Amino acid sequence: MLNTVFMPEMALMLTVMVLFFMTLGKFRTSTVQATSLILAAVTLVVTFASLGTKGSMFYDVYQIDALSQLFKVVIVFGLFLVYFLGTGLNGIQERLHTEYNMFLAISALGLMFLSSSVELLTILLSLEISSYALYVVIPFRRGQGRLHVEAGIKYILFGAASTGLTLYGMSYIFGLAHTTYLNELAEKMPALVATQPLAIIAIVLVMTAFFYKLAMFPMHFWTPDVYQGAANETTSFVATLPKVGAVLLLLRFVAVAGVDVSQVTWVLATIAVLSMTLGNFSALVQTDLKRLLAYSSIAHAGYVMIGILTADEMGMAAAVFYVIGYLLMNLGAFFVIYNISPKGENVTFDDLKGLSRRSPLLALTLLVSVFGMAGIPPTIGFIGKFMIFAGAIHKGFYALVIIAVMNAAVAAFYYLKMVRAAYCAADDDREVISLPFGAKIMGAFFIVAIILIGSLPQSILSAAKAAVLTLL
Amino acid sequence: MENYLILNTLNFPILSLLLIIPVVGAIVAMFLRGETLLKYWALAVTLVTTLVSLPLWTNFDKTTAKYQFVELRHWFPALKLDFVIGVDGISVLLVLLTTLVMPLCVLCSWTYIKTRWKEFVIVTLLMETAMLGVFVSLNTVLFYIFWEGMLVPMYLIIAIWGGARKDYASIKFFLYTFTGSIFLLVAIIAMFIKTGTFFIPELMDHSYSFAFQMWVFLACAIGFAIKMPMFPFHTWLPAAHVEAPVAGSVILASILLKMGGYGFLRFCLPMAPAATVYCMPYLLALSLISIVVGGYLALGQSDIKKLIAYSSVGHMGFVTLGIFLLNDAGIKGAMLQMLNHGVTTGALFILIGIIYERTHSRELSDNNKLGMFMPIYVTFLGIFSLSSLAFPGTNSFVGEFLVLFGAFQDFPLVGAISILGAILAAAYMLRMLQKMVWDDSDGHAHHGHDDHGDGESHALFDCNAREFIQLAFLTIFVFWIGLHPTPLLDMMDSSVAHLLHQIDAGSVMPEAVEHGSTHHALLENAGTWIKNLF
Repeated sequence: MLNTVFMPEMALMLTVMVLFFMTLGKFRTSTVQATSLILAAVTLVVTFASLGTKGSMFYDVYQIDALSQLFKVVIVFGLFLVYFLGTGLNGIQERLHTEYNMFLAISALGLMFLSSSVELLTILLSLEISSYALYVVIPFRRGQGRLHVEAGIKYILFGAASTGLTLYGMSYIFGLAHTTYLNELAEKMPALVATQPLAIIAIVLVMTAFFYKLAMFPMHFWTPDVYQGAANETTSFVATLPKVGAVLLLLRFVAVAGVDVSQVTWVLATIAVLSMTLGNFSALVQTDLKRLLAYSSIAHAGYVMIGILTADEMGMAAAVFYVIGYLLMNLGAFFVIYNISPKGENVTFDDLKGLSRRSPLLALTLLVSVFGMAGIPPTIGFIGKFMIFAGAIHKGFYALVIIAVMNAAVAAFYYLKMVRAAYCAADDDREVISLPFGAKIMGAFFIVAIILIGSLPQSILSAAKAAVLTLL
Repeated sequence: MENYLILNTLNFPILSLLLIIPVVGAIVAMFLRGETLLKYWALAVTLVTTLVSLPLWTNFDKTTAKYQFVELRHWFPALKLDFVIGVDGISVLLVLLTTLVMPLCVLCSWTYIKTRWKEFVIVTLLMETAMLGVFVSLNTVLFYIFWEGMLVPMYLIIAIWGGARKDYASIKFFLYTFTGSIFLLVAIIAMFIKTGTFFIPELMDHSYSFAFQMWVFLACAIGFAIKMPMFPFHTWLPAAHVEAPVAGSVILASILLKMGGYGFLRFCLPMAPAATVYCMPYLLALSLISIVVGGYLALGQSDIKKLIAYSSVGHMGFVTLGIFLLNDAGIKGAMLQMLNHGVTTGALFILIGIIYERTHSRELSDNNKLGMFMPIYVTFLGIFSLSSLAFPGTNSFVGEFLVLFGAFQDFPLVGAISILGAILAAAYMLRMLQKMVWDDSDGHAHHGHDDHGDGESHALFDCNAREFIQLAFLTIFVFWIGLHPTPLLDMMDSSVAHLLHQIDAGSVMPEAVEHGSTHHALLENAGTWIKNLF
């Protein structure tokens, strides 16, 4: 039993081990990259194979179900894309390339553990495994003054603070319900939430660490600085994978708090609205693309939260679908950013000028990703928003949907600004960007995936629905 | 589901082909090289689409209000979403208008567009699919996908090939229409949650509570009114028209604006009949304001393109007026007026494009006394200007006459005010015609060699064969519709009758609601809310 269901984790651990031994010697970047990619691909295959398995391990703190396995596939796939996207690791100091890939793998491993954790302390442990690896990785950057140091410190400080708050919340939960197992909590918490204000505080406090990971108001302050300070390839990881993990755990905690509309729902709704509004309005004035994407991610966290807080099949499946789509679209945008700056510097609107001439493929990838994030059909982002709104209306949250819709209109402006810069701004005759073959494949992949899943969302949506059913 | 539909009986899937051909054309265009090849390719693809669409005209069954040429495929079973496309008397003519206008859009860009032909061909063809998709979708989600998907190519057309203020115009266009239509999405989802279907005919048959209808009506109406554009949401149109390249202006005027009217007829009227009847006075008032304000604004313009753009606001005012008269003549007139506007204003924008290529100015004062140099051009200008001001014998006369007839039938005062719009139209069109053809009062009438050192490129040569063909083609429609509109009206007949029946059946409800005590407060609230709004 253990062997088959635990295979994905084993495979990723193997990846980490191999990379660890490689750090002891000296290898060329291309070797490191090829090894990481192959091992990640193997892990991906193994994870796919484990889809549909069920089981629980380690005194039932570790549960393998449809939900966890779907998220593991997404996480490993994301890791694979991040490795692929960062070919050459231009933004990272050369002597750290092997370590860099190793720490990314460790962080992904932590997220994998997190997907299956169904007990408070295990959750905390997995969370920390994933966070600590990132604390190390964020300052790995070549040049760029001290921005990356600032980013590293901010990420650690906010991470530590939010973990502390989460632990504090867990202590309340344990005090109230006398258990740390989520399935037992799920039986006791709904009654407690309905009667005890402390239970509401406890649930929200426990979620804090995941607000932090998801870059949600009020734990969003680190986002722009870390996005800006970290290397482009690091940012593409921080911006996507931890968020996937955070969404999963938020889903689990919302399910614990109960499916009925309660005070917790209203707290989450408030957070969602503030997150969307603040993110979108701040993004309007950004000139650094990574900062802009940081604020846009804060806004997207708000949309996902609308899906999560509905706590029914439709909304939660929508949240799962949304975050998968978000991962693809965001990685698409970061893929463009990474390839525009060969030396790993930050990208501003000025750097996008004339992109449609310098590299039509990059411009098109940017266009598709960005319009996807704005929610224009027929992209995956549209189906995601559509499902989220459908879930919320189904539950009767009309006001929330109308606020979200108005936010989407605001957001369209800054997404459009990026497209405009790439397609219309005056061309200043910069040299043509020649993409390596792998990058061309990758660009085409993002374009096709975002549009194709947007037009034929059935398979992923049914997987998401099957996954969330385990929660309800 | 089948009792609303007549499945496609032709031996090929005509509507799917219409949607697929331009997309395939766009994909192939990605791999083509050379400007000339791309131009001919775009022309060929759009012409093939036109040819494929012709059986819609010949094989259309005028006796039924059901949807015809229907194709049904399963698409997204988790949400009971099917891929359903079909046309009825309301949409079929708009589909044909689209397929007929698109080749002209390619032709009129032949020399006007000078850069990035590959991208131009791709976005133009994608645009065609999106526009056709809007008219043939029988499923709200499909409709929305095409409706929103259209924004991207249109945005790019304005933003890449536009004039001096293209940044401002394109973003304004995008944000306006995006904001409007995203409320439409909310309405679509809300109706789905209420009824469990996205299928448009079923949604029409369902009867909703008055309060719900009110919300649906408002959410949809904002989107459609912005697209129309209706006063006070019209401000994006002049900006977009002025900055767009000639093909963009033609697409905007001929087809995009029709989508607002089509949306009203397809969504608001049949799905929220009680709310429609309730809101009718307000929408009539807004239509009248559009007509008069559009006319006055057009009167004051010195930029020809702006003049035509504001005249569009006025003309579309006639369309919404006709629609919300809710009688047979009004709706038919509105639909005919949509086609007329597509033909006439499209032609006027082509004419402006032609003169802009020669004088590089759209100012009236830079383009006068053309009658001396370009006799063929001014002939066409005369024909289309007269058509635009609804001169008897031309197409617009029939449409405007029907609308006015409908207005005087029910509300003589409304008719009287809208006559003012017709007078204004005569005033601004004749002013334009007079200035462009004869006038040289302000002494600017030195063309070509005198004004500009680089002689030949600015010489005022008359229309060439390519331009002549476009204009002559549209001229046929001006007189055909003007003199013999019966075939077109026949095509609309059953569908309009069915629509009116739906409204009558649906709007019986509000009386019942008003007498019931529970819903009374809601109704009052909704009413006062709207009154405050306007």
